[in-house]
Amino acid sequence: MSMSRREFAQLMGLAGAAGLLPTTGFAAKKQSADLYEVPNFGNVRLLHITDCHAQLLPVYFREPNVNLGIGPAYGKAPHLVGDKLLNHFGIAPNTLEAHAFSYLKFNEAAQKYGKVGGFAHIKTLVNRLREGYGRDKTLLLDGGDTWQGSGTSYKTRGMDMVKATNELGVDIMTGHWEFTYHQEEILNNIKAFNGEFLAHNVMITEDALFEGADEYIFDEDSGRVFKPYMMREMGGARVAIIGQAFPRTKIANPARFIPDWSFDIFDRELQELVDQIRAEEKPDAVVVISHNGMDVDLAMASRVSGIDVILGGHTHDGMPQPTVVKNNAGQTLVCNVGSNGKFVGVMDLDIRNGKVQGFNYRLLPVFSELLAPDPAMAKLITDIRAPYTDWLNEELAVADEVMFRRGNFNGTFDQVICDALREQLDAQVSLSPGFRWGTSVLEGQMVRMEHVLDQTCLTYPETYARNMKGSDLKLILEDVADNIFNPEPYLQSGGDMVRVGGFDYVCDPMKPVGQRISEMTLDNGEKIDMNKEYKVAGWATVGARSEGPDIWDVTANYLRDKKVARISKLNTPKLKNVANNPGIAAYAKL
Amino acid sequence: MSMNRRTVVKAIAAGSALVGASVMMPRVAMAAWTESAFKADKQDAAMKALLGSADAADSAEVTLKAPDIAENGAVVPVTVRTKMANVESISIFVANNPNPLVAEFIIPAGTEADVSTRLRMGKTSQVTAVVKADGKLYSAAKEVKVTIGGCGG
Repeated sequence: MSMSRREFAQLMGLAGAAGLLPTTGFAAKKQSADLYEVPNFGNVRLLHITDCHAQLLPVYFREPNVNLGIGPAYGKAPHLVGDKLLNHFGIAPNTLEAHAFSYLKFNEAAQKYGKVGGFAHIKTLVNRLREGYGRDKTLLLDGGDTWQGSGTSYKTRGMDMVKATNELGVDIMTGHWEFTYHQEEILNNIKAFNGEFLAHNVMITEDALFEGADEYIFDEDSGRVFKPYMMREMGGARVAIIGQAFPRTKIANPARFIPDWSFDIFDRELQELVDQIRAEEKPDAVVVISHNGMDVDLAMASRVSGIDVILGGHTHDGMPQPTVVKNNAGQTLVCNVGSNGKFVGVMDLDIRNGKVQGFNYRLLPVFSELLAPDPAMAKLITDIRAPYTDWLNEELAVADEVMFRRGNFNGTFDQVICDALREQLDAQVSLSPGFRWGTSVLEGQMVRMEHVLDQTCLTYPETYARNMKGSDLKLILEDVADNIFNPEPYLQSGGDMVRVGGFDYVCDPMKPVGQRISEMTLDNGEKIDMNKEYKVAGWATVGARSEGPDIWDVTANYLRDKKVARISKLNTPKLKNVANNPGIAAYAKL
Repeated sequence: MSMNRRTVVKAIAAGSALVGASVMMPRVAMAAWTESAFKADKQDAAMKALLGSADAADSAEVTLKAPDIAENGAVVPVTVRTKMANVESISIFVANNPNPLVAEFIIPAGTEADVSTRLRMGKTSQVTAVVKADGKLYSAAKEVKVTIGGCGG
């Protein structure tokens, strides 16, 4: 196996202060200094990362070509893809930035510009952004989905990422997939985390309070399990930071791991909290680190007033600029900074005379070839991976085309998973959740076990194969479609459409729940009968634990057998009434 | 005086709070009368049987607190409160349940009209709170979504 230059560099502990690696090719030609040269503005710098999904090493990550905005979200950020997105934000095509923010020419551009992210590279960039501005005037905030998404986070129950974020110097975080461990594990991880874990919207249940949860919760009277906010004096200003965890955690993920906690958006409680902070703490700025997802953040910003900045995550939207939302108290800036360690958001604020006077924002793509790995972080990552390298590095199959997931409907990697489920579990049709995490593999590259884990690694990986009526299948598709395409953001739960194998369907995202899905048809051309039973295979059941083998083993067995990851038929729906939507491009079945 | 939340919860659970008793008593006394209301399979019929009319005026003075999406359809927490004078009862209806009337709370004179309970909901439905005050009916309604869940990113 050949070692890449970057791996070699890590091994040797070779790194400049923050600059370039001595290298050839792209990194040598590119004038990288301008990319990471962010002029200092104002007196407070907020550095923002989110949804890294435990990707410690650099990865490839293809942005979506389908990210539909329905109703009021039509044609607005973040629901823009490809050229529409580039035009909206004034990004020149065929550039490094165009590659970072869009799916366009992904395979070619990814080979040219290399991998993105990696904690050792992020560390170098963060250090530079802090030191260049003044460490005491900067905060590093992490929007969560940090402890899940890799083989090592699964094996260490998220503790690998606690160590990595401690080494990175994360000051404040909130969570979502963090809550897919057991309650006690979550509390232990938070104890080991050097920063503050903030969440105003996680409440203790009455039953748990009665059973003695008052021993550990933050505040018995409000019922808040975690600290809701903190104050920080920086750059001569008082800044309040509020945490907003993912409000649909117990709906989107298994409630059984966290029986005593209850989540919601809690607008009214948030407004009361903001008003109380404004009255009692006399802040000059109020910031929310949020895992709502961008559509919910935009709606919340219009309904709750008194927040200056929402640093958002969950929906994995790498937005080059914030959206400005007007409300009763003036305006709120809403940011979203992508996923998988690909970006670092830099929000510089000019805070004077008790208020935010102006801002300067940059969303910096983390190109691993342009940033030397931080030696201490590189060593930590090597140590974390050491016990598992044989497992992670197993080569399974060659990618026949780009393998990816992100997008409202089936990605190529999803199809491989759906095909594996059908074949390995002997099912007519298969279902696979539309998560937004999962890295990409370039055409011709080896799909390793690690890539399969990137797509599948969660704490409820068991598969199932059981009979379902056609009407049950339709109900599932309708419910999930409503979680994405309901025009009211508060009724969405994030995520993309459930992926299917062995059948196709027609989807009209503009219709109400119950009427979006039609013409469900098996691959052999037979219409799915609502009253007939079909053998369905799937994984990641949120209700009860399933009994089948773990999804990564099912997928790996299939790939080992095939030796080539090849898609014979992509089961993606024919879409109605979205042909002109700026949130879709290069989609065959319109 | 510090009576923390846990103590209050325990006190209510032990049945020592007045409110517990006052809700239970009338139910027994009026069991025969309310049976048809609780068994009705349409909300209008249930309201007529319980309150004498299916017409209630939408009122901003009735506060209905319920989630937009239920975390668990089997136990959906709701709170109804109002500052109106002379409140006699608060009742809660789930339109799409097989039996829409879920609960009736009799509010004795001088009691703060503030009740909480948990609803069982099989599917997405309008939830309606009806306050009877001074012999008139006032309501607040909200749709609560029940979803199969999963597939969140």
